[in-house]
Amino acid sequence: MSLTTDDVKKVASLARLAMTDAEIQAAHAQMSSIFGLIEEMQAVNTDGIEPMAHAQDLAQRLREDVVSETSQRELFQSVAPQVERGLYLVPQVIE
Amino acid sequence: MQWEIVIGLEIHAQLSTKTKIFSGASTAFGAEPNTQADAVSIALPGVLPVLNKGAVERAIKFGLATGAHIAPRSVFARKNYFYPDLPKGYQISQMDLPVVGKGELTIHVPAVGKEQPYEKVVRLTRAHLEEDAGKSLHEDFHGMTGIDLNRAGTPLLEIVSEPDMRSAAEAIAYAKSLHTLVRWIGICDGNMQEGSFRCDVNVSVRRPGGELGTRREIKNLNSFKFMQQAIDYEVQWQIDTLENGGKIQQATVLFNPDTGETRSMRSKEEAHDYRYFPDPDLLPLEIGKEWIEQLRATMPELPRSKQLRYVNELGLSAYDAATLTASREMADFFEATLQAVPKDAKACANWIMGEVSAQLNRDNLEMPQCPITPQQLGGMLSRIVDGTISNSGAKEVFRTMWSEGGAADEIIEAKGLKQVSDAGALEAMVDEIIAANADKVAEYRSGKDKLFGFFVGLAMKASKGKANPAQMNEILKKKLAG
Amino acid sequence: MINSSLKQLSGQLAAKKISSVELTQFYLDRINKLNPELNAYITLNAETSLGQARAADARLAQGKGEALTGIPFAQKDIFCAKGWRTTCGSKMLETFVSPYDAHVISQFNNAGAVNLGKTNMDEFAMGSSNETSYFGKVKNPWNLKAVPGGSSGGTAAAVAARLCAAATGTDTGGSIRQPAALCGISGLKPTYGVVSRYGMIAFASSLDQAGPMARSAEDLALMLNVMAGFDERDSTSLQRDKEDYSRSLEQPLQGLRIGLPREFFGEGLSADVGKAVAAAIDEYKKLGATIVDISLPNSRLSIPVYYVLAPAEASSNLSRFDGVRYGHRAAEYGDLAQMYEKSRSEGFGEEVKRRIMIGTYVLSHGYYDAYYLKAQKIRRLIAQDFVEAYKHCDVIMGPTSPTTAFNLGEKGDDPVQMYLSDIYTIAVNLAGLPGMSIPCGFGANGMPVGLQIVGNYFDEARMLNVAHQYQLATDHHVRAPQGI
Repeated sequence: MSLTTDDVKKVASLARLAMTDAEIQAAHAQMSSIFGLIEEMQAVNTDGIEPMAHAQDLAQRLREDVVSETSQRELFQSVAPQVERGLYLVPQVIE
Repeated sequence: MQWEIVIGLEIHAQLSTKTKIFSGASTAFGAEPNTQADAVSIALPGVLPVLNKGAVERAIKFGLATGAHIAPRSVFARKNYFYPDLPKGYQISQMDLPVVGKGELTIHVPAVGKEQPYEKVVRLTRAHLEEDAGKSLHEDFHGMTGIDLNRAGTPLLEIVSEPDMRSAAEAIAYAKSLHTLVRWIGICDGNMQEGSFRCDVNVSVRRPGGELGTRREIKNLNSFKFMQQAIDYEVQWQIDTLENGGKIQQATVLFNPDTGETRSMRSKEEAHDYRYFPDPDLLPLEIGKEWIEQLRATMPELPRSKQLRYVNELGLSAYDAATLTASREMADFFEATLQAVPKDAKACANWIMGEVSAQLNRDNLEMPQCPITPQQLGGMLSRIVDGTISNSGAKEVFRTMWSEGGAADEIIEAKGLKQVSDAGALEAMVDEIIAANADKVAEYRSGKDKLFGFFVGLAMKASKGKANPAQMNEILKKKLAG
Repeated sequence: MINSSLKQLSGQLAAKKISSVELTQFYLDRINKLNPELNAYITLNAETSLGQARAADARLAQGKGEALTGIPFAQKDIFCAKGWRTTCGSKMLETFVSPYDAHVISQFNNAGAVNLGKTNMDEFAMGSSNETSYFGKVKNPWNLKAVPGGSSGGTAAAVAARLCAAATGTDTGGSIRQPAALCGISGLKPTYGVVSRYGMIAFASSLDQAGPMARSAEDLALMLNVMAGFDERDSTSLQRDKEDYSRSLEQPLQGLRIGLPREFFGEGLSADVGKAVAAAIDEYKKLGATIVDISLPNSRLSIPVYYVLAPAEASSNLSRFDGVRYGHRAAEYGDLAQMYEKSRSEGFGEEVKRRIMIGTYVLSHGYYDAYYLKAQKIRRLIAQDFVEAYKHCDVIMGPTSPTTAFNLGEKGDDPVQMYLSDIYTIAVNLAGLPGMSIPCGFGANGMPVGLQIVGNYFDEARMLNVAHQYQLATDHHVRAPQGI
């Protein structure tokens, strides 16, 4: 699997990163060399191996359905870029 | 040329937990913006999700109610996309291993036009737990959009059907059945205005027996009326498009209630690529048999079981059975009322589906706010059955009960509504009438049958309206015959 | 005083030979003097620190002090601390003042410890040299031309330069152990799940683990006693009985079986590091240990696996930085898409963007099975190697890093070369095992060498015992950089 600059552009767009053509070129070169490293994996036979998603083989612990939080809106919004009347403001969302 | 409509639904039922699916923030509706957006809901750096047991319980109950497979082990995954109402930049959902697997739901499709009502089994593909997003408020922020994250993290059960529906009527019957069911088992309040029950409808058309057509998904329908309109419009649009030689592109569309039209959402610059992967912050959800059995023991009798019982044991029609099980409150009311008149299910059903429902409608009330109790109604019905009151007397009893309260017997007594059923008294009355109207009796006996009504009128007048009508008719007929 | 152990400091505080305010002021003065050169701290807040110190003195006066009460610690700037600017080394969070405390911070606060300040780090913990920090490079106190390692480079430099009594770090692929090794201090990454991740800004959630960094194993044990423990806010936090990690420090090592993985002593290991590690192993033999030859055949794959899994998780974890609720928002933008793209492009540095892109790519449609799923399968093979190895030994030892500290800028242009410096540490994170690094001598250039000790799950107390006994017998860990 070789990475193309179109792949890099698509990935940058999916990740919401603005990149110039020069940056795309540079990222392409570096990512290609990293994928050179990563491709070593493909030689390994992993038939029948269960993927390991967590370090511990445990089940999810469940929380009782009890309200524990109170409003901290003012505190939380004190670090927000733009708020008005308790709402976070963003450029217009068009559906 | 013929077209066949193919419809599948994805329904998001907001689960009626007190708190969010992954944090202890309240889910109460209508709070001031962002006052129920805790650290997890706004996705502060470093915060982590912990799964709400109440949400899982509700999912299990749904699985039990639809005869579905409940996964002993299911996995939460991240669905990655950017949107301002999605604070983490991903939605925690379930992908490969949903908590509820294949199930089914029997729906009752009512008569439309000349078609007969019928039943149909719709297959459920799966139901999975996920979190809701926040809300975008588009108005009045000098050209910007306001984001309220109170709803972010509210638990949803996404219920996916197979594309088994073949008409708008079937789709609506399915949605209504599901709407009834989730409220019935107490996992969702079903409030469609508040967005607690939202329907996405996948619609395609094809030649009968042909391959499935390309579908378009109508998003976020929050009333059955809109669903009907949206499907009708969409089906016609697809048929017109195809008949004019066009092609259907897979798309997500929105229904505009003002115009009655569906339109494609603004196309994204790139195709969606949600990059699902198992959420490393959450471990696999394991559900043991014991827990399932505990919950099974708390399950109420389900609508389908009641319907079958009403038809087979009580002799009601399928339509009546479906109507009476439209809500758990209705069915409970019916069964409690029936205790007073166990042999008269049909009369009981008629009163509830007729007078009671009509009056609730007029007063804009729901069954739980019904001013009369099943005991009151049952008391009245038993007085109809034993002949104490006539149907017209019963209507008066009912009206009084509704507006002023009181037991049937008290009202009958106070208003003097008791029928005269004493044969001796009625015969004496008739004898008097015959004696006083010899000429009319002669006319009647000579063949003027129409005069019968005249005698009935006199008899009712004589009894001040309290004569048992059937009995009075019988006596009149006998005596007039000579 | 700067060379006192935590136990000694605690004793002096309890005996009123020194107050917490004096001790805190003493460190603040040292920081003012040395930090401009070292750049180990990103944020200081003297008033807050001294306020905590006064509270600690009051508590000590009431005789209610605990082991760490009144002692000044530095906190890696990855931990959210209420009222403290918490940057994670990124421009994205340059002005972010955390509205809440991480579990680790609460634990230190509850113990009455003083927060001296927030230490520098690679941006979002992505780096092995501390050169990716938006707040500038950190210098290695042993040689100001050299890197301190990363990502907990600020912490390592601060501890080595005695700019705090001890400090916290986090370790996703070696970020505690490697800088500890490069700065000649001790650091422990516990078993995954032992320390709550709540409030620790996530890099790769299934690998991240916080741990202590200090000048001795004994200090690490006292810190871990405070840091470890179940936290209901982290689903991966383990419900285990509270343990005293210093309980077995004094046990002799007679009979200890040390596994030496062949794969850790082969090609790529620099001769001076290999020599120092070999000398440490000899020392352990003198202490009564026996050596077992073991193999971790899949460990060579740990770098490829890690550079799939960690970026994948990171690409998703870092999506919340969108300029909507906190963090950097571009000054100028047109529509929403531009607001996102400009805010994120301006807020993230090169290495972070690179990893987000790798992660996005490996998760994208059509590649998931070939990369992410494949990597998770090999992750299991790597973990199974350790299970097999621990049938034959009690602890595993080897070098922490293939070389001593390299020079600033030396590996800047080649991410792959940089990634290879974590070759011995990453497998431990993938398996979720506890690992530590302790100083075991010096390389050809006079820079410190770290000995890595890897234990079986939950064997932290045993590992600390193994490290402590070595530190009783040797003096590498008490050496200080020149001028310090």
